Amino acid sequence: MSIILNNVSFTYGEGTAYEMQALKNVTLKIDDGEFIGIIGHTGSGKSTLIQHLNGLMKAVSGEIYFNGRDIYEEDFDLRELRTRVGLVFQYPEHQLFETTVFNDVCFGPMNQGFDKNEAGLRAFEALRMAGVPEKLYYQPPFDLSGGQKRRVAIAGVLAMKPEVLILDEPTAGLDPKGRDEILDLIAGMHKSKKMTVILVSHSMEDVAKYVQRIIVMDEGQVFLDGAPREVFKYYKELEKIGLCAPEVTYLMEDLKARGMAIDGDATTVEEAKQSILKLFQ
Amino acid sequence: MLRDITLGQYYPGNSPVHKLDPRVKLFGALVYIVSLFVFRGILGFLLATVFLIFVIKICQVPFRFMVKGLKAIVILMAFTAVFNLFLTPGEHVLFHYGIFTITMEGVKNAAFMLIRLTYLIVGTSVMTLTTTPNQLTDGLEKALKPLSKIGVPVHAVSMMMSIALRFIPILIEETDIIMKAQMARGANFEEGSLIVRAKNMIPLLVPLFISAFRRADDLAMAMEARCYEGGEGRTKMRPLKYQGLDYGAYVLLLAYLGGIIFLRFFIV
Ligand SMILES: Nc1ncnc2c1ncn2[C@@H]1O[C@H](COP(=O)(O)OP(=O)(O)OP(=O)(O)O)[C@@H](O)[C@H]1O
Ligand SMILES: [Mg+2]
Repeated sequence: MSIILNNVSFTYGEGTAYEMQALKNVTLKIDDGEFIGIIGHTGSGKSTLIQHLNGLMKAVSGEIYFNGRDIYEEDFDLRELRTRVGLVFQYPEHQLFETTVFNDVCFGPMNQGFDKNEAGLRAFEALRMAGVPEKLYYQPPFDLSGGQKRRVAIAGVLAMKPEVLILDEPTAGLDPKGRDEILDLIAGMHKSKKMTVILVSHSMEDVAKYVQRIIVMDEGQVFLDGAPREVFKYYKELEKIGLCAPEVTYLMEDLKARGMAIDGDATTVEEAKQSILKLFQ
Repeated sequence: MLRDITLGQYYPGNSPVHKLDPRVKLFGALVYIVSLFVFRGILGFLLATVFLIFVIKICQVPFRFMVKGLKAIVILMAFTAVFNLFLTPGEHVLFHYGIFTITMEGVKNAAFMLIRLTYLIVGTSVMTLTTTPNQLTDGLEKALKPLSKIGVPVHAVSMMMSIALRFIPILIEETDIIMKAQMARGANFEEGSLIVRAKNMIPLLVPLFISAFRRADDLAMAMEARCYEGGEGRTKMRPLKYQGLDYGAYVLLLAYLGGIIFLRFFIV
């Protein structure tokens, strides 16, 4: 079970005066159960890339395989693919439309062809998983706070029970507490449901703490791809493309430069603490 | 598709035609359209052709963009040609079969009609390709300014037009995103009977309207916060002012129009 991208390229506005190549020969393999962070500067093609993974956008050239099948084949069911690769868009305002939160979350399962009862059951489960307080279930979704809306939007996708969950900047516009809550929630789902999770983000800090693999995008190309500690070793190159490594990376590099004998590839505050403490033992 | 509507068909460039005052280009398009229906005979046709080629050459827009507009009226052109071909009475009959008669005059009429329509589209494309819709509204506002003396709300109308122009691409982009967001949840916008399809539009329309109203609200607030209160006494950040180039263009246009009229009434 995997998603494979082979030499995928995409151009916006092909054949017009405003051609814009947003993806250039992207080749990737995403395995089952991975927790991946996609990072890149504004306009680097992150959103474009993830919309290819569930067939919402069609590559200009290149192939995409889902579980070994070419998704651009004539008889491939794209609608089914979209229920198996769930994509949560950046702004929940773009998808909430029903009269109540509960009905809105039912939308996905109903489209899958489940009857009212089954859809309702899935909606309840998804809302609980996404941590939406029960007293909000029958409120209009437009009256909720930003963080609550985002949870409802995530629940709306979870209700389809996807195998892969992709989230486009789920923390944009949230305060630090709301951000941590959402990220903890996502990490929890990856752990308990064994879901493949792909997280798009601007912030290295966010991603470093949670994911197992980071894909760095730059100008439509995969710039780096590897475990966080591998990727952050290139912090100088990251700075050149408008990103930066987490604060602790800089701290550790500084300490190392001043002659402390620590292994400098800690990526989270916790790891850094451990390796500094080890020095004093 | 998105950008098509965003910028009209504007093709960014730096040619003298791009730099002309939009009023000149509006006037120019008008003159050219008039000239197309005034000219008669081969000399007038030649003059109109030379003029068009001259303008196309200096505006530096690839030719394929010029003729793009023709695609939309191919059918109209075919009908016009056929009607002219068969229904023009005349003395020199070239072909006759049953009720079908083709005359020399018919052939000539059809050919000229096709040329006129082609030049019309290409000629107006030159204007829309080198002028953004916003510049056009600006030009229209200034050109129609005198009408405000007799109570026509020129400024308000042009303000509405520029706001609409500004919002169309935003709303289209938003429609695109909302559609994708719902398709990611299994929505189907393509299949089903008419009623089913109309019902399927609800998940698209509700978020779209909510966002449009919110945006309109925000914009009104932002305009008020900057003390916008409408037409009287308002100045522009970039007022339209004629430059030497514009006067030159006017002279050229008038000379062209004069030439066409001269050819029509004094030569043939
Ligand atoms: N609908 C569109 N039409 C034309 N060009 C687009 C469109 N959407 C995106 N682009 C362009 O494609 C490039 C990649 O955009 P994309 O949205 O994938 O970037 P991103 O990495 O998600 O950025 P952000 O972090 O700002 O969300 C950008 O240069 C953008 O200008
Ligand atoms: Mg994006």
